[in-house]
Amino acid sequence: MLPKQTGERYILSSSPHAHAKSSVSGIMLDVIIALLPAFACSVWFFGVKALLVAGTCIASCIVTEALSRIAMKRENTIGDLSAVLTGLLLALNLPPDIPLWMAAVGGVFAIGVCKQVFGGLGYNPFNPALAARAFMLVSFSEAMTRWSSSTWKAAAGVDAITTATPLQYLKTFATAAWEKMPDADRVLDLSNVSFLKATFLGNVNGCLGEVCSLALLAGAAYLLFRRVITWHIPAAFLGTIAVYAFFNYGMNVNALKLAEVHVLSGGAILGACFMATDYVTSPISAKGKLIFGCGCGLLTMLIRTQGSFPEGVSFAILIMNAFTPLISRFTQPKTFGAK
Amino acid sequence: MKTVKSQFKFHGGVHPEYNKELARDKAIEPIPLPKTLAISMSQHLGAPAKCVVKPGEHVAKGQLIGERSGFISVPVHASAAGTVKAVESRQGPAGSWADAVILETDADQSATPSVALAPLDWKTATKEELLARVNDAGICGMGGAGFPTSVKLSPPPDKHCEYLILNGAECEPYLTADYRVMLEHADKIRIGVEIMRRILGGPAVRIAVEANKPEAIAALEKAFADIEGNVELVVLPVLYPQGSEKHQIYATVKRVVPEGALPIAVGCVVENVGSVAAIADAVVKGISLTSRVTTVSGDGIVEPKNVLAPIGTSYADLAAFCGGEHEGVRKVTSGGTMMGFNVPNLSIATTKTTSGLLFLTAKNIFQYSSEPCINCGRCQRACPMQLNPAGISRAVEADDISTAEHLGVMNCIECGACSFGCPAYRSITHLCRRAKNSIRARIAAEKAKAAAAKKV
Repeated sequence: MLPKQTGERYILSSSPHAHAKSSVSGIMLDVIIALLPAFACSVWFFGVKALLVAGTCIASCIVTEALSRIAMKRENTIGDLSAVLTGLLLALNLPPDIPLWMAAVGGVFAIGVCKQVFGGLGYNPFNPALAARAFMLVSFSEAMTRWSSSTWKAAAGVDAITTATPLQYLKTFATAAWEKMPDADRVLDLSNVSFLKATFLGNVNGCLGEVCSLALLAGAAYLLFRRVITWHIPAAFLGTIAVYAFFNYGMNVNALKLAEVHVLSGGAILGACFMATDYVTSPISAKGKLIFGCGCGLLTMLIRTQGSFPEGVSFAILIMNAFTPLISRFTQPKTFGAK
Repeated sequence: MKTVKSQFKFHGGVHPEYNKELARDKAIEPIPLPKTLAISMSQHLGAPAKCVVKPGEHVAKGQLIGERSGFISVPVHASAAGTVKAVESRQGPAGSWADAVILETDADQSATPSVALAPLDWKTATKEELLARVNDAGICGMGGAGFPTSVKLSPPPDKHCEYLILNGAECEPYLTADYRVMLEHADKIRIGVEIMRRILGGPAVRIAVEANKPEAIAALEKAFADIEGNVELVVLPVLYPQGSEKHQIYATVKRVVPEGALPIAVGCVVENVGSVAAIADAVVKGISLTSRVTTVSGDGIVEPKNVLAPIGTSYADLAAFCGGEHEGVRKVTSGGTMMGFNVPNLSIATTKTTSGLLFLTAKNIFQYSSEPCINCGRCQRACPMQLNPAGISRAVEADDISTAEHLGVMNCIECGACSFGCPAYRSITHLCRRAKNSIRARIAAEKAKAAAAKKV
């Protein structure tokens, strides 16, 4: 018998009726996991200070997220873990001696001003953690550029030694010395400074997250393996930095070493693999990602070599964030079968 | 016949859980004749058939009950002997309403001899006779869209068919109906191919089967072993939506169907293997298309089966034949899980395109929502049409249909690959559908306006 055609016994919905079971919180968790080795290194080098800074940033981000959602009368979005990630990224972009109240203000600015004002996750035009770092660089410039040597070095009863970061050294001392040197002596003894080994394994000065390139690269490899990110932005970003530095310093063995210094320090790897690859603020298509990555690398080097800041990664990425809609517009994919 | 591996990979695609093991080893089983059938006049793409029977009339099995009503239309035949109880509007699997003949079947089917067309010898029959037979037997694409087969087989005079492609991909999860037909009726498929080759003037033949059906490939290799001419079996990699016409053409012969065109524009005709077997029956035995194999499966049905059921069998009868529902069925899907339609209840009846009926419990259903897009790009990487689904979906949410149109939404094949992989569970496919519908409505309105202006 045919039953009467009345009533809905079953759920009606539009196809598809299957899902890959991936989720936004799963992706955020993957990025957090990928950042853990670098974070662990920073705790190793800077001790409890690193834990305090990160804890403050994360807590401040979560609280700001919750409060702004309440203020906007929208559903709570702490569960998507994006606020936790922003807090962690912000912490990794701060120097270890930053006063904790400043770190907290950074978190409020990142989530409140850079993200929720625009409508929350998915709508922010700039990477919140980086925008907050830029805000802090301008507001607390002294605290943001005071680098203590990592505790590893500060043995023998000394609390901390403030020293230059590798790039500060390059910019303020080396370049000046270099220019005064007669041509024959222009051999920068990098082995003496031990930059390369130190930046790769840790034991240099800098923000929490830029002290150990190896840990960052391990995290990036995890993200590539999990297909959270693609190779396009990191490769274009770091490749442009290396090529620019190589040509900038005279295309010899020394230039090659300096290119390595530029790639391995100043947060370039952190920026290229974890910040520039932020989905919301970077283009979707492979071509767009390559353009975006090259632009970041080029701006980074222009700022580092021509500007007054020793480091340029944050500003380079923020400027390219502004170009993302334009890049996306001109890199629309070509439809299968289109003329 | 040669067996080759497909060398050409189209962009994107996804790997859903196939769950074909539920029904793949169940041989095709005929259902006992249901007491009532509801045979729709609109089982195919194009104009619905015109009903030619009246309530109270007694019809024989195979008797014409719906006439073809245009070029793109297909006739409908009675699936069993019985009495017409009513001709009324009924909801079809896709949710739209159409006239259907409600038939109370005779308990004694042998009392009324069935109406068969005269058997033809395909080796001697003319091209025109064979084409007319395909048309008269009511055959349409049985893979899902239901495009009239006779239209496919009569290309416009300026077009020539170089490749006849048999679609045996069956890339939808759960479905195993085509698989069973290939396994059990490979000989029929071969005869169907010979007939179609004659009608189309001897094109090369490519039989496309996904690599996850080795038994079907072996059966086809055996049946086609001594066939003459340019015939190849192309083994396709397992990738959804491999069964999409345009993508299958690319995977087998590396041709790209231009935007808005039919496969014949690149010299190809694609037909589902089930339809090819139906062509063989129509020509050799004179049997019209009045039954088909439907996979009844899912974790919500007691005994998954591949059922041979007369067209018009209600979903309730199919469910009962498969042991009934388990407790907790939340969704019933007509077709596969990627492109199938949900039905509200089991009063819906099968049509010529009902490839599957899935009963899914809470464990296997997903709530799509409209959370914000995080721009991750998974949809764009998955889209076989190389569209920008994220951009389209955001535009439609903002009611900006013209941007969606500019982004090529009309090329969307609604395969569901974008929604499938979306970590924000956005109903991207649905938003594309909405955009397509409103664009179609706007074009129709413009046409009507232009026609009205002409009259004045």
